[in-house]
Amino acid sequence: MKRTLMKGNDAVVRGALLGGATHFFGYPITPASEIAHGAADLFTRSGRTFLQAESETSAINMMYGAASSGARTMTASSGPGVALMLEGLSYLAGSQLPTVIVDVQRAGPGLGNIWPEQSDYDMCCKGGGHGGFHNIVLAPSSGQEMADFAHKAFDMADAYRMTVVILSDAYIGQMMEPVALPQDVRHGARKSWAVYGDEESRSNLISSIVMSQEGLANLNMELQAKYQRAARDLTDWEEEQTEDAQLIVVAFGITARIALTAVRMLRSEGHRVGLLRPKTLFPFPQERIAELAQVGGRMAVAELNEGMMARDVERAVAGRCPVSRYNWFGGVVPSAEEMVLRMKEDLDG
Amino acid sequence: MVKHAKPKGFYDVFERKSQDFPAGETTHYCPGCGHGTVHKLIAEALVDMGLQDRTIFLSPVGCAVFGYYYFDTGNIQCAHGRAPAVGTGVARSLDDAVVISYQGDGDLAGIGTAEIVHAANRNENMAVFFVNNAIYGMTGGQMAPTTLLGQSTTTSPLGRKSEREGGPIHMAEVMSALEGPIYIERCTLSSPAGVMKTRKAVRKALTNQSEKRGFSFVEILSPCPVGWKMTPVQSRSWMASSMESVFPVKRFRDEEAAPKGNGRLPFLDDGALRDLVGAVANEVPTKVSTLSQDLGVKIAGFGGQGVMSAGILLANAAIHEGLHTTWLPSYGPEMRGGKANASVVLSSDAVGSPVVDVPQALLAMNGPSLDAFENHVVPGGLVMVNSSLISRKVERRDVRVFEAPVSDLAAEAGFLKGANIVMLALFALESGVIGIQTLKEIIPKSMKNKDLVEINLRLVDVAEEFHGRE
Repeated sequence: MKRTLMKGNDAVVRGALLGGATHFFGYPITPASEIAHGAADLFTRSGRTFLQAESETSAINMMYGAASSGARTMTASSGPGVALMLEGLSYLAGSQLPTVIVDVQRAGPGLGNIWPEQSDYDMCCKGGGHGGFHNIVLAPSSGQEMADFAHKAFDMADAYRMTVVILSDAYIGQMMEPVALPQDVRHGARKSWAVYGDEESRSNLISSIVMSQEGLANLNMELQAKYQRAARDLTDWEEEQTEDAQLIVVAFGITARIALTAVRMLRSEGHRVGLLRPKTLFPFPQERIAELAQVGGRMAVAELNEGMMARDVERAVAGRCPVSRYNWFGGVVPSAEEMVLRMKEDLDG
Repeated sequence: MVKHAKPKGFYDVFERKSQDFPAGETTHYCPGCGHGTVHKLIAEALVDMGLQDRTIFLSPVGCAVFGYYYFDTGNIQCAHGRAPAVGTGVARSLDDAVVISYQGDGDLAGIGTAEIVHAANRNENMAVFFVNNAIYGMTGGQMAPTTLLGQSTTTSPLGRKSEREGGPIHMAEVMSALEGPIYIERCTLSSPAGVMKTRKAVRKALTNQSEKRGFSFVEILSPCPVGWKMTPVQSRSWMASSMESVFPVKRFRDEEAAPKGNGRLPFLDDGALRDLVGAVANEVPTKVSTLSQDLGVKIAGFGGQGVMSAGILLANAAIHEGLHTTWLPSYGPEMRGGKANASVVLSSDAVGSPVVDVPQALLAMNGPSLDAFENHVVPGGLVMVNSSLISRKVERRDVRVFEAPVSDLAAEAGFLKGANIVMLALFALESGVIGIQTLKEIIPKSMKNKDLVEINLRLVDVAEEFHGRE
């Protein structure tokens, strides 16, 4: 396949269209605006629908309407905008509507700045809005994965009737890499539960209200069962030289790219180090992390936040080995050399 | 004997009603409430007009939250105030659907003002029925945006006062300030004549909707005896005496609008979509180069010197050589004239970090860039200096230095903006990482402005001549 140099923010739009997306509702925000630019061009020219909403709140509700009508719909934003969508995410989860959201993370809190952080981890992976719900969270660490994950996200969303969040960051979104776009064009099928404005679907109801306690308890149990099924079927990760590693770094997104270089540098000096990169953050590869956590070994969690994923890793490790935390924030992105220094401290310690 | 029956637009039995309300054939609304009347007018119209199958009814948050208990149509329950946005999503997905957004005053005129204003302004294909009873009924009789001055509620117990709470919002008038809506009318349920006029307005809005003529807005003044602490009879006379003087009952707009198209271009089939997005099969790299180690290149200058595009060209050349590559931009706060640099990594293997903090090669297009990055270059690395703009010498003794007046060379060839190309070509020649022939093949392919291809190719020749002389 032809490898074309493109930004992650461009690849994700093209992957989504090939994955069957038909409706994009957006609101501009740096560093995700390029996705809206690309969608405005390509969704419109391909006879799909692009609409700039008056706010992120409206964008997610337009998605609620489009998904209710059986469409494959998406948006893209960054932390402050995704925060405004949390109300809608909860309603989407309660009504079991499939949608796709790309979060190109910037640094916070508040308006923060437009450099990369991974501090939307908790907001996206732990549900985010009110009530007990989850999203499927994919963590691309390259332009190629921006295209591939967007391509498969709509099938996944439909299969589980869940929101799929593609949790990217300012670097993965804005850097350019060679990308080979998927060849097969996917399409959504008619959904038995959606409302199409026709006789067949007239009796259907899209709603997140369940007035009886027992009924709402049942809905919650149904959701939890679905999340367990997702954990069994979707959990995905990649390992680099973990077999004999004394120190395994766990990292996702841009941080995993930097950690990969650091691992290669230390390996070339003869150090036994490895990398585990979660490709899904919800479901999280906790069982594999537990397997790799050996007595005498060590793990480290490298991330651009104050330790959000580290809490999940520590829970999986459950005290079997020490877990270090390498944290950067404010938009500071470490070089591989800095990562090597942190890893050497742990190897020496 | 006339037998009154439920309209066929309602379910025969309201099975969706929860145990909190007695199931069966009655609604959950309080005695004397106007919602039942409006529901009935809509349900009858849907049947008479043959629209039941096509209709998607959006229930709000408020007393009508359970609209889906009653309307035998497609139903969507929405978050508070968001129904016009939800309806936008529906209308943009289903060209033939009849979209009804049924909202109360807290929902539409309070929390949902942004959604209603913008859906109206876009002239979305939907009919909005706005039931204005000047109070929050469902949540316990609180002040609504439409509560009258002096009216006491649970959150304005001393009576609404303009200095304290502001005055009531007039939504039909707000709608009239927008160009989008084709039909705007305010009706009242205070009298049988008012109900008959409301019936007409409902049918007018649904006709517009079914014929896809655009956005219709019907505001209906409606009694809430329980919330107002009045009897049903008192509440109707209060509507006539107090509400209707504040909210004039009238038709604000009724345009003869032609059916709206959906504005979409033809839906591309799979092959055309692949072509559009560039999902092109099988182009094997012409060659596969190898590098003994990853090469990090930093190209730096001021905005407008083409450092970003030089980086993109380098990355494209790397792909052509069969290498892996990344390009990462870094801008100053200004769009033009500020600091700018591009980090490009070339590798035989999948690239790990795209961040170039310790470059193997620095291409410094101006003085501040040399000052900023000279000390970061790896010992034994290459520093390329634009001597047209940088008068000082490189201080490091442990790096290889190549100086060239690339701005002057480009200007002499008649295209100062091509200094980046001269620099990149010299880098190719000096480093040997990418072939000069590769560069010549890439320039025509990756330049968006085809008028500039020729001059840029000439600048590559200029660089070759200069390099040959050095």
